[in-house]
Amino acid sequence: MGNHSDGSPNHSGTVATAGQNEVEKFQDPGIPPHRLRLADTDPRAAKRAERQVALLFGISVVGTLIFLVAYFAIDLGDDSSIATIRLQNALLGIGTAFAMLGIGTGIVHWAKALMPDHEVSEERHAIRYEEDRQAAVRIVDDIVEETGIKRRPLIRNTLLGAVALAPLPAIAIFGDLGPRPDDKLAHTMWAPQDGKRKRLTRDPDGTPIKASDVTIGSAFHVIPEGLNELEEGKLNEKAKSVVLLMRLDPASLNPSKGREEWGYNGIVAYSKICTHVGCPVALYEQQTHHLLCPCHQSTFDLTQECKVIFGPASRPLPQLPIAVDDEGYLVATSDFHEPVGPSYWERDSHERSINS
Amino acid sequence: MSAASTAEPAFVAKTKTGRITDFVDSRVGGSGILREFGRKVFPDHWSFMFGEVALYSFVILLLSGTFLTFFFDPSMAETHYDGSYVPLKGVEMSVAYSSSLNISFDVRGGLFMRQVHHWAALLFVASVAVHMLRVFFTGAFRRPREMNWVVGCVLLILAMAAGFTGYSLPDDLLSGNGLRIIDGVIKSIPVIGTYISFFLFGGEFPGTAIISRLYMLHILLVPALILLMIVMHLFMVVVHKHTQYPGPGRNDNNVVGYPLGPVYAAKAGGFFFIVFGVIALMAAFFTINPIWNYGPYDPSPVSAGTQPDWYIGFVDGALRLMPGTLGNWHVEQIFFGHVFTFNVLLPALVPAGILFTVMFTYPWIERWVTKDDREHHVLDRPRNAPTRTAIGMAGFVWYCVMWAAAGSDLIATHFGVSLNDVTYWLRALFFVGPIIAFIVTKRVALALQRKDREIALHGRETGRIVRLPHGEFIEVHAPLDEYKRYKLVGFESPQVQPAVPNEHGVVTRKEKRRALLSRWFFEDRVAPATPAELEAAHGHGHEAVEAAEGTKSLTH
Repeated sequence: MGNHSDGSPNHSGTVATAGQNEVEKFQDPGIPPHRLRLADTDPRAAKRAERQVALLFGISVVGTLIFLVAYFAIDLGDDSSIATIRLQNALLGIGTAFAMLGIGTGIVHWAKALMPDHEVSEERHAIRYEEDRQAAVRIVDDIVEETGIKRRPLIRNTLLGAVALAPLPAIAIFGDLGPRPDDKLAHTMWAPQDGKRKRLTRDPDGTPIKASDVTIGSAFHVIPEGLNELEEGKLNEKAKSVVLLMRLDPASLNPSKGREEWGYNGIVAYSKICTHVGCPVALYEQQTHHLLCPCHQSTFDLTQECKVIFGPASRPLPQLPIAVDDEGYLVATSDFHEPVGPSYWERDSHERSINS
Repeated sequence: MSAASTAEPAFVAKTKTGRITDFVDSRVGGSGILREFGRKVFPDHWSFMFGEVALYSFVILLLSGTFLTFFFDPSMAETHYDGSYVPLKGVEMSVAYSSSLNISFDVRGGLFMRQVHHWAALLFVASVAVHMLRVFFTGAFRRPREMNWVVGCVLLILAMAAGFTGYSLPDDLLSGNGLRIIDGVIKSIPVIGTYISFFLFGGEFPGTAIISRLYMLHILLVPALILLMIVMHLFMVVVHKHTQYPGPGRNDNNVVGYPLGPVYAAKAGGFFFIVFGVIALMAAFFTINPIWNYGPYDPSPVSAGTQPDWYIGFVDGALRLMPGTLGNWHVEQIFFGHVFTFNVLLPALVPAGILFTVMFTYPWIERWVTKDDREHHVLDRPRNAPTRTAIGMAGFVWYCVMWAAAGSDLIATHFGVSLNDVTYWLRALFFVGPIIAFIVTKRVALALQRKDREIALHGRETGRIVRLPHGEFIEVHAPLDEYKRYKLVGFESPQVQPAVPNEHGVVTRKEKRRALLSRWFFEDRVAPATPAELEAAHGHGHEAVEAAEGTKSLTH
């Protein structure tokens, strides 16, 4: 073994030197001699293969029957259980699988065992011939000459101009695919209506939440009052206005200047729509006060006003300013002070116009 | 046949089939086609199967998809579910979701067709991708097949588009969140992002238009384009004839294989049924996309551990890997009052952009570097093109790192490790992984080439130890027959192409760069063994082999 294993380049000349490709090469010995199969030499083997193929086709017939029986004999009815569906699905699948695999494996077995397996060689032909190429060039030249486009630049240039402009209507006609964005993304349902501040209500049933119901450590999924009663665009509004409500020890909240009054007794509300690409930030880790987005794992720290502490989001979750009304229910004192959800080109100017 | 008919003016077919065939032939002229293709030779190799799988799964997609369109209603109008799936009875949902549930629970065989359709879609993209890897690693994209490679790249993108538009149609919670992510990515596009989002969704997300729009794309535009591309793809395969693996009797001027009729057609045709059968088995036993578990789309809830379909995974993974803040510095920046959402924009566009740009242009890059403008019909074994193979593996590993990142939360929960650590590691691998993959692959390829030389020159190790009369122990090496040896030595090993001055006698900067790349490609090369070397090899240690062979024949 040892005396043969020195395949390293420096020893056995594996590194090519200049002119190596002129060194003679091994000659192509041609297609290896054909080897006969059992079925080619033994008629009994051929007969056996024939029966095997027929058996496979027979299995296919059985598969088709299984499918038909499963389709007609199993009644889904009005109150079909999951188990019935599963049974029918499995039987339909098995039937189809047998029907198809029977045919497929049968044909392939037939081809491999009984059809001639001589490899043959066929010449490749040139993809194009020089004669064709020259003829084609002549034809193109003649065509161009007959149009006279080279001699009449006026025609050529006006045509180019017309063709360049013609697609514009085809683009413009898609203008009504959607409305102009304007500042729709900047406002949510939380803005007080006619001076009446919106209550925070439970998602999805819409019952209002009393401040006293919110114990320390608890979290509520919140929608604005009146969302469920919307006739149109309910999901559109919901996609912007869902909020997470949590109560922490007030000492662990560190509100920045101007935000001291945005919470109530340690109760704070933050937009649930991730500032990354808009998934709902649905996971609340009670012990660490972290909010986690399950889509891309952006992590926000409640004790730092939902600052991003991990993951692809870049901005903190917007906070919804809340207070308590006369009956003890939580209400939003205003809309969010910035657009919620993923960033967009005009976001910064929207934020400035909200706060001005 | 036309020559025959001029010699004997009235050709009369003897059998009934013959008469029908003649009737058709004399009106549409099929005999010319049959003469051309009836015995056309196709090379055979298991790796040529992936393209077939892709084609067949597309056919299955058309069949099962047509069935589904008879029952699916792409409306986002609100309705209350009234089907037979009890847990969702009375729940408010879109008509699209409700009709998807009806297909699953109230149409006999509907669930089966949905499962077949989804599995076939996953298999379609997968087989297109694997087929492209095969084409890349064997160098099948080289002249004259560059344009067909480009058509294949377009097909991959279309396959992903078809998959994604279909994935969103049932309007369940999972696919709705997928759309939400797409909306977020679109909004990050500078200047026009907000408008594109509003135009796509017909207003604010989610609106009431997106499902029917995606439906039109999914059942009309995208499949029509795919069909067009497939026709072009196969047409070019016919024009070029199929490539073949190197081996005795095979060269760039011939095609060695089985004639289309009957063997190849039987195998390929039979294979369609096998693909269908396997998809049917998967549909029977493996649940895919159980939309009834997810519930209707609602912007508020989300379930943890959600994954997109596999082919979108790498983009989603890239989104996860990108840090949004570096220390206290925000990756999202505001310039001149406008928002540049780099934390979304970069991962969504850059990796996919690089992958697809390199993919589309690679045939031309390699042609420029190697100055090889000849036609190639014989494939490279991946080891015989070490640098190309290494580039391919680097890209593949890069893709896989991003892909793995799409499941970072599952990796963390499955292996009980910290999610943050998984992300940090994958971030490092995003940069280091491709480099390691390149180096390792290139070394492995070179080592395999050396092993091939070794075997070609000294024969195969038999594992038999023989003691010679003077006491030396040797292992017997059995020499190869000339066919097996030719497989190991009959390849081209391109060499470094140094910079050449142009017609003005100047070596341009571009040419210098090309020469550098050429060195990088080919300076490590293992040349194929030559007959002279074989002679020399026989000179040393040859007696041992001969003696051993003698022993062998004696023992028998």
